[in-house]
Amino acid sequence: MNRILSFVFASATTIGLAFNASASDFITLASTTSTENSGLFSGILPQFTSATGIQVRVVAVGTGQAFEIARRGDADSLLVHDTSGEQRFIENGFASERVDVMYNDFVLIGPADDPANVSAANSAADAFAAIADARAPFASRGDDSGTNRAELRFWKNAGIEPVGRWYRELGSGMGPTLNTAAAMDAYVISDRATWVAFKNRQNLTLLFEGDEVLFNQYGSLLLSEQKHPHLKHDLAKQWHNWLISEAGRQAIANFKVNGQQLFFPNAK
Amino acid sequence: MTSLNVPMMDAALIAPLPSLHFDDVAFSHQGELLLGPCSFTLDGVGPTLVMGPNGAGKSLMLRLAHGLISPTQGSVSWSCGERPRQAMVFQQPVLLRRSALANLTHALAVNNTPRKARMPLAREALARFGLAARADTPARVLSGGEQQRLALARAWALSPSVLFLDEPTSALDPAATKAVEAAVQEFHQRGTRIVMTTHDLHQARRLAGDVLFLSGGKVREHTSAESFFNGPASSEAQAFMAGELIE
Amino acid sequence: MENNNALYVALSLVLNLDATLYQIVILSLQVSLLAVLVAAVIGFPLGAAVALWRFPGRGGAIIALNAMMGLPPVVAGLTVYMLLSRAGPLGEWGLLFTPSAMVIAQVVLVLPILAALSRQKVEELLGEYQEQFISLNMSRSRMMPTLLWDARFALLTILLAGFGRASAEVGAVMMVGGNIEGVTRVMTTAIVLETSKGDLPLALGLGIVLLTLVMLVNAGAYVVGELTKRRMG
Repeated sequence: MNRILSFVFASATTIGLAFNASASDFITLASTTSTENSGLFSGILPQFTSATGIQVRVVAVGTGQAFEIARRGDADSLLVHDTSGEQRFIENGFASERVDVMYNDFVLIGPADDPANVSAANSAADAFAAIADARAPFASRGDDSGTNRAELRFWKNAGIEPVGRWYRELGSGMGPTLNTAAAMDAYVISDRATWVAFKNRQNLTLLFEGDEVLFNQYGSLLLSEQKHPHLKHDLAKQWHNWLISEAGRQAIANFKVNGQQLFFPNAK
Repeated sequence: MTSLNVPMMDAALIAPLPSLHFDDVAFSHQGELLLGPCSFTLDGVGPTLVMGPNGAGKSLMLRLAHGLISPTQGSVSWSCGERPRQAMVFQQPVLLRRSALANLTHALAVNNTPRKARMPLAREALARFGLAARADTPARVLSGGEQQRLALARAWALSPSVLFLDEPTSALDPAATKAVEAAVQEFHQRGTRIVMTTHDLHQARRLAGDVLFLSGGKVREHTSAESFFNGPASSEAQAFMAGELIE
Repeated sequence: MENNNALYVALSLVLNLDATLYQIVILSLQVSLLAVLVAAVIGFPLGAAVALWRFPGRGGAIIALNAMMGLPPVVAGLTVYMLLSRAGPLGEWGLLFTPSAMVIAQVVLVLPILAALSRQKVEELLGEYQEQFISLNMSRSRMMPTLLWDARFALLTILLAGFGRASAEVGAVMMVGGNIEGVTRVMTTAIVLETSKGDLPLALGLGIVLLTLVMLVNAGAYVVGELTKRRMG
């Protein structure tokens, strides 16, 4: 009984401590699953922490939810990839400043036998039109994430409204969507980082890449001090500035998976 | 178990027994009259044996007397004004899922017995009813006879002024029945008012000081054991005795 | 082949118990056990009280408790999220994305199970004991501890059901904990993360480790229960 009590006591204190211990020297960062799943944060955060002593706690969710978390004042900083959404966020007064941090790009993934022949396409618009023409199964995130919003933009560019049994809205994150696409041999759009780190490819392979419209820009936002005075704005600012500093850019550029650079710093 | 350590003496000499008074008591359930109205007083030394055929209302009367249920009409009262200390032993003993000893200490704790006094009282009661060796045995793995003795020991530890017993031996074999009857005598000699139901004429003969005879929810006769067994006055009791004797 | 692979991964995870996995396992146990403990301290007396007392709206309360047993974890998570969010009523506490928030969410999930099932069990036992209790002149509040103690073996099983629900759910802890590495990452959220990375063998391997843990807790409780049952009846 004593042992049980001491375990309970230890647990209660541990949990209390986990919450209190570094109460002053950490920030909560709302970001997207694509950055987390690729392993980018495990790659660069230790460098930031050792330089500044600030821990970064990453809550990785879809871009839509990341905006929501920041809007409610539950995160100190925001790193997402939906430039127009980010600008609207500033217009609505929730953030005071946005900077370009890095980009990666979207890649079109599909079954190796490529029934829509997208690998022969000259542009992203051609590739998307080919999928729609062939009525080949396409797996869409359908979760209002940054990737999902980008995908809808690509369809629009191709002059296509994606409807029909071949177009499947999954309402899932990037990883689950790739898992589903692998299971049903569907085409799918993914950020390169998640794709390179993804392990359950089965028949899927990279079929189309390189068109400039497929670039995926990440931005860091400083949140509004007026709306949420309780946030750790000073610490968040250090993080924001580090990302676009020489050290931060180096860290991002040096992060590689399977020898491949996934994110390209482009802070101005 | 049959060792009677208390000196034999007339119960009435120890302390006056609280007398029980039923005043026009009736009990109905969903419009159906199940008992009464009846009025009687138990003020003799007893033991009082409540007799009657099945469905006569014996158990119901006992529960009304003990206060487990309230009469829908009339009142139950005691000579001493307030409700005397009392206990009840059921046909099927209700025992807690704990050791025999813990069943007793629980009852004593509920009874506000000082903590220090509980253990000695409980052990003494277990020993008195031949259960000393079973103190740490889970109550619910005891034999039927042992369980009933444990229920009696629990009642004993509470030193009630009144003890109700509802057909306490109907599920027991002759040896266990004998032990229960000896226990009842012991309570009686300690100065406890005994009110017990039975349908066993022989048992009633062995134990009764007075007999309360019920049938059809009515008290037909309340008389001394001697006059009851020599020839009951009511026709219902006569029929009951005749039936019992024939069987 | 995938299964063999996962078993192998699970085994090597356990054998090379690295600090990260150890931390995740310990946090999972701490959060779920603490949640179940808190839920028991509130839920068992609550269940017993509903069994013992008659009050207006009692039937409604029982139906509500029973229905809440099926509360989807995500809904519990969302509710706790809204409460603990800075924009919510308890935002001042600053608990969102901490283990404490995960404990709170799991308490919300487990409490109805403990209360509803203990209510049922205690009521059953009360039916058996009631006459004896009245005979002993016990008040209802005095009956409560006696009934809870005598129902202890059933309550242990109920406790395990609660622990199973707490340790298996992912929706609520994901939402209020945020799956932050080293802070709020537990077994289930780690499994979701590895699944979304497409590392299915690792995800399944973690699943096997989780299952083994839950089985160990259950086995421990079973042995304790059987031993005391043999002793106490």
